[in-house]
Amino acid sequence: MTTLDSSKEIQKNNSDVNETHEDFRMFGLVTFLIADGMTFAGFFAAYLTYKAVNPLPDGAIYELELPIPTLNTILLLVSSATFHKAGKALLKDKNSDSQKWLLITAFLGIIFLICQLFEYFHLPFGLTDHLFASTFYALTGFHGLHVTLGTLMILIIAWQSRINGGRLNSQNMFPLEAVELYWHFVDGIWVILFIILYLL
Amino acid sequence: MTISIDPQKTNNESLQPKGWLRYFSFSLDHKVIGIQYLVCGFLFYLIGGTLASAIRIELASPMSDFMPRDVYNQVLTLHGTIMIFLWIVPVVNGAFGNYLIPFYVGARDMAFPRLNAVAFWLIPPSGLMLVASYFVEGAAQAGWTAYPPLSITTPQSGQIIWILSVLLLGGSSIFGGINFIATIIKLRRPGLKLMQLPMYCWAMLGTSLLVVLSTPVLAGTLILLSFDIIANTGFFNPVLGGNVVVYQHLFWFYSHPAVYIMVLPAFGLVSEILPVHARKPLFGYTTMVFSIMGIVVLGLVVWAHHMFTSGTPPWMRLFFTIATAFIAVPTGIKFFNWVATLWGGKISINSAMLFSCGFIINFVFGGITGVALAQVPFDIHVHDTYFVVAHFHYIVYGGTVFIIFSSIYHWFPKVTGKMLNEKLGILHFIITFIGFNLCFAPQHWLGLNGMPRRVAEYDPQFQFVNQISSLGALLMAISTIPFLINVFLSVRNGKNAGDNPWNALTPEWLTSSPPPVENWEGEAPLVEEPYGYGKEISEQK
Repeated sequence: MTTLDSSKEIQKNNSDVNETHEDFRMFGLVTFLIADGMTFAGFFAAYLTYKAVNPLPDGAIYELELPIPTLNTILLLVSSATFHKAGKALLKDKNSDSQKWLLITAFLGIIFLICQLFEYFHLPFGLTDHLFASTFYALTGFHGLHVTLGTLMILIIAWQSRINGGRLNSQNMFPLEAVELYWHFVDGIWVILFIILYLL
Repeated sequence: MTISIDPQKTNNESLQPKGWLRYFSFSLDHKVIGIQYLVCGFLFYLIGGTLASAIRIELASPMSDFMPRDVYNQVLTLHGTIMIFLWIVPVVNGAFGNYLIPFYVGARDMAFPRLNAVAFWLIPPSGLMLVASYFVEGAAQAGWTAYPPLSITTPQSGQIIWILSVLLLGGSSIFGGINFIATIIKLRRPGLKLMQLPMYCWAMLGTSLLVVLSTPVLAGTLILLSFDIIANTGFFNPVLGGNVVVYQHLFWFYSHPAVYIMVLPAFGLVSEILPVHARKPLFGYTTMVFSIMGIVVLGLVVWAHHMFTSGTPPWMRLFFTIATAFIAVPTGIKFFNWVATLWGGKISINSAMLFSCGFIINFVFGGITGVALAQVPFDIHVHDTYFVVAHFHYIVYGGTVFIIFSSIYHWFPKVTGKMLNEKLGILHFIITFIGFNLCFAPQHWLGLNGMPRRVAEYDPQFQFVNQISSLGALLMAISTIPFLINVFLSVRNGKNAGDNPWNALTPEWLTSSPPPVENWEGEAPLVEEPYGYGKEISEQK
């Protein structure tokens, strides 16, 4: 809630009124992520309906290999943990440690994307081959877009958490916390995607 | 963690343009943004209205003689898209929401002013892009629903521009929704409880929840549709093994709640206007709040009633019929509450009140045909006929647009400090009300007798009734003239309104007209009873 200091004498000129309010940027971000999650929910619903009611043509190849996506799942889960480490380090004013963990997280994200591309190039089907192929590329591609954006944001906050001249410190944690929440969200979506698309 | 607001950083007054120029700037003031939404929306309303007139001119005769058939399809698609995405949704949410919500929660601005300005400035370019698509290779022709396979087989460039434009407008809508939720939940003045908020806040909270939960699904669907058009995938193309019904499910998962996104804020606005002009407290505040939330929940689980002829299985028909019929309960509660608010009140017959009463009459009629349409046997009979067109316009024009005009008459004195001319206002109401009912009531008959919608040519036996309808449309077009004259005259020479011409109790009237940049000189007032009318009389007894 707004913590309006009513005891303070409120001056006539509004621009001099000292007011503080709670930081609700995180609240806004959570609302946005719910909206973003609904986009994925729509895609998942479409995929599951296709799977239930639209049989593929005879001879269509849609087998997926498990090793790469399993590796990718592990990569993302580990990256969530390393990101968490970065936040802990920044809270203790260990900026260089924080930066190190952030760079590791970004590195894991990049490896994920490389593995994803590697999988794309070695799949036996293309985007327009059949309905399963189209849905597969749309889902993983949309998620990959999220990972790409997340990796870029991690690199930016890694730059901002440098010791001299960086904007991030234990007093200004919000950029890191926001990207961290987004990153956990993207990881969570991947786990659901992995279960629905590869395991089911 | 707390943030201290440094006004010099967040809202540097000296750098913001003054006067008329600020309406063309990236202003962060919620009041400026609200007016930007309203005026921008009204300009698109004039374009959409012109297209509607073109449709009615074409339909005055059974043959397609006024324009070629494909142009007719483009005109009806543009009309639907412009009216929904560029007039009603931005105005009834963005315009009034931005102007009023910060006052109602006792704040100096919205929670995220920059996001707010971004949300508005997405609208003009996407709207212009949509209108301009007509001059490229022809605008989209598949209706505002863009059902595949029609949207895949019609000329591509128009359809792609349509998708792009709707995606941008959806993004604007989501940003607005996030802002409203954060403002209402988080930015309330200390001491102001949720159950003391004016009803419009609750309506906007419910609407914003629907926006945040359903609009992204439409975005995802349109992305898949654009893949089908550009990249030759087969998500919704039966020839390539796709499934058109999946598109319909995803589309209506947004577009049914979209009806509530268009009408719930109108419910909130009418709940503000009636108590002021009837001098009585809003009847049944708590039941109003729960009905809004009930409509939000039910509104998310009724979408397939648009698809009773799409091969839906019997269990699905049964579920969606029952769920849809249930929506009549909270809506009915709200109507009884409004009538009870008027009952025994000291009613002033002015333009705002007349438009609100017109809303009640029209919306009851639209609501009854809505319950009828929810019944499968009836729906199969009138599906895709003019009955649906009539029902929809009774909800969206007879409901929401009447309330938009009512709200303009009600809040014009606050925004400009000038009163609108009542005689011209009442003339505007009479022409609109007669024209509207003359235009759309006969369309129920047309639909029941089997005239299909969205076609330029029809059976000559329907000509006479169609001409009555076109006459009504002509009156609706004429009704805009007294309104525009009224606004221009009143802005220049209207009589001064004073701070509170209606003696209203809601917080926006407790500041000067027009309000100062940060809404209040000094601290925001705490309004515990926004509808406490008639209290002083009962205390005197």
